[in-house]
Amino acid sequence: MSKPILEIKNLSAGVEDKQILRGVSLTINAGEIHAIMGPNGSGKSTLAAVLTGRDGYNVTGGEVIYQGKNLFDLAPEERAREGLFLAFQYPVEIPGVNSIYFLKAALNEIRKSKGEPELDAMEFLTVVKDKMKLLELNEDLLRRSVNEGFSGGEKKRNEIFQMAVLEPKLAILDETDSGLDIDALHIVAGGVNKLKRPDGAQLVITHYQRLLNFIIPDFVHVLYDGRIVKSGDKQLALELEAKGYDWITKGETVNT
Amino acid sequence: MSTATETIEGLVKQEYKYGFYTNVETDSAPPGLNEDIIRLISAKKNEPEWLTDWRLKAFRHWQTMREPTWAKVHHEKINYQDIVYYSAPKKKGGEPGSLEEVDPKLLETYEKLGIPLRERERLAGVAVDAVFDSVSVGTTFKKQLAEKGIIFCSFSDAVQEHPNLVRKYLGMVVPYTDNFFATLNSAVFTDGSFCYIPKGVRCPMELSTYFRINAAKSGQFERTLIIADEGAFVSYLEGCTAPMRDENQLHAAVVELIVLDNAEIKYSTVQNWYPGDENGKGGIYNFVTKRGLCRGRNSKISWTQVETGSAITWKYPGCILQGDNSAGEFYSVAVTNNYQQADTGTKMIHIGKNTHSTIVSKGIAAGHGQNSYRGLVKVLKSAANARNFSQCDSLLIGNKCGAHTFPYIEVKNTSSRVEHEASTSKIGEDQIFYCNQRGLSTQDAVNMIVNGFCKEVFKELPMEFAVEAQKLLGVSLEGSVG
Repeated sequence: MSKPILEIKNLSAGVEDKQILRGVSLTINAGEIHAIMGPNGSGKSTLAAVLTGRDGYNVTGGEVIYQGKNLFDLAPEERAREGLFLAFQYPVEIPGVNSIYFLKAALNEIRKSKGEPELDAMEFLTVVKDKMKLLELNEDLLRRSVNEGFSGGEKKRNEIFQMAVLEPKLAILDETDSGLDIDALHIVAGGVNKLKRPDGAQLVITHYQRLLNFIIPDFVHVLYDGRIVKSGDKQLALELEAKGYDWITKGETVNT
Repeated sequence: MSTATETIEGLVKQEYKYGFYTNVETDSAPPGLNEDIIRLISAKKNEPEWLTDWRLKAFRHWQTMREPTWAKVHHEKINYQDIVYYSAPKKKGGEPGSLEEVDPKLLETYEKLGIPLRERERLAGVAVDAVFDSVSVGTTFKKQLAEKGIIFCSFSDAVQEHPNLVRKYLGMVVPYTDNFFATLNSAVFTDGSFCYIPKGVRCPMELSTYFRINAAKSGQFERTLIIADEGAFVSYLEGCTAPMRDENQLHAAVVELIVLDNAEIKYSTVQNWYPGDENGKGGIYNFVTKRGLCRGRNSKISWTQVETGSAITWKYPGCILQGDNSAGEFYSVAVTNNYQQADTGTKMIHIGKNTHSTIVSKGIAAGHGQNSYRGLVKVLKSAANARNFSQCDSLLIGNKCGAHTFPYIEVKNTSSRVEHEASTSKIGEDQIFYCNQRGLSTQDAVNMIVNGFCKEVFKELPMEFAVEAQKLLGVSLEGSVG
């Protein structure tokens, strides 16, 4: 098939002295959607944090190759400029900073790093108008400060909207379904599906199977106690939904 | 992986880019302060006797006063006998009659600072008066303004050419007995700007004064007087820089604004005096008295200040709202980084009926900076239906700095309404990471967050200066997150 976008090889990482990831291996190729599921505390969010370079997490072993480069050689903003995107579980509010202005600055950083000319305000607005329809976002939301006073659903939609504008190579969706009602979930998942590209990939982190009814993954992995203990296709997610995590976590480690 | 922290610390060492010194011959008085020095200053300026007497009265009063200690700032005792009270670039054969006669070195200095005085290179639509150490070196657009009856000149010229106006208004808002530093200024002030907008005239351009301290050991004591006659309007901007020096230099200015019926003055300051180095050595002591009098009905004064420089800032631009329906506004951004200290705020004195005041103060503390808001809202018995709204927000960057708020509210009238809101926040690592994750560098993230925080104030600045202020803020805070 195509060449991998992300190769995680035996990755170990933690916070302070606490070991959280204990040898995670995972390869993601272009065009694929991977889902990582697992009970609370299994290391799902840590994986997202380590991949995006959040302060306070220590990598203690293994390596991650992102588009042929050692991911850990890149600062967080460089990873972002190279197309690594995280849809935050808890999007952050930045008072006084206009959403459109923020997103334009972000897009232009990415364009600059690719050697493309920066977009001016008018050009940028044209891009934005198209993407907004995708997420059924109210235009006035974007005139407000970044995430300030947004409802939980609006924040999540705004994350996916940013993803639509920034067009990442690899998008990590961290618990994007949490706090969404069914209608919002429809819109968010619909947006994500429309953003699927043959040259890009998505890593969907979720606790529940629900989101995977809308975003159909090519692969499902179960993360437990810092390791991937089972991998499969969409069927695995359904089985998890029916049986809970116990049947895997109590059994032996099996990789199919 | 504390990359964010490292990046930030690496950026701290941003140099003060206005720290150069111009080598010009000066005509200076010996250091020290006594009646002879004051007479010398007055004589150099060829002042009328009443003004010499006014200065001497101020000096005698000053000798009975003590330096105030209530501000939340610390500094070594100032030796007032060590300061040079008069320093002027030496003229080549008398007064410069026009800019062509100004020493080209001075013009170069202002060009380096980005303030071209030659009109062919002027900032579009901004008239500039430039004060170098103690004297005004040149005022642009004088003729065009004169056609509308607007007087915009150096204070010294005003004393010679418009003595009646000066005599009528000087000390009306800040009397020579006002406070220690204002009284000192009244005794020794050397120059400054004077501006008079006649009845019914809207000044067609921004007026601007640019202050520069150059000589060593010299203090700068300028005096600005602006009068907006009935129905007049003027927008005025002041900017300031100084060379980098190890010693502290004193800047004790006085600004008086007088606004008559239906008139308005908008006064904006971008203060960027040398703040001292990263260890707190050197820098300007900026002890300034600024006050405006809304004398007429429906008059309005709006102060906007962006204070990024100075080792110590001590200033409280205020409004005396005497006329009925008059309005006062104060918008402030004060930044303290490294070892800078700021104790700044405003005074709103409500005297007339239906008077309104608005205070929006944004204090930003980084490094070891200490940032205090101190403000007085006073509503007298006569001020029926007075209203005030105050909002004081502080933003902390790092954990070695401090933000303090000292609001004083005195209300003697039951029909008035006074509101005060305050908040303190810290730039969060999660905010910076969120920006990083969207491709923005840590420095850009900090700038963006800080600019967002200051937005309400920046929107009050004239367009071109708002852009300047944003850049300045970026420079002042470079490397401040840790």
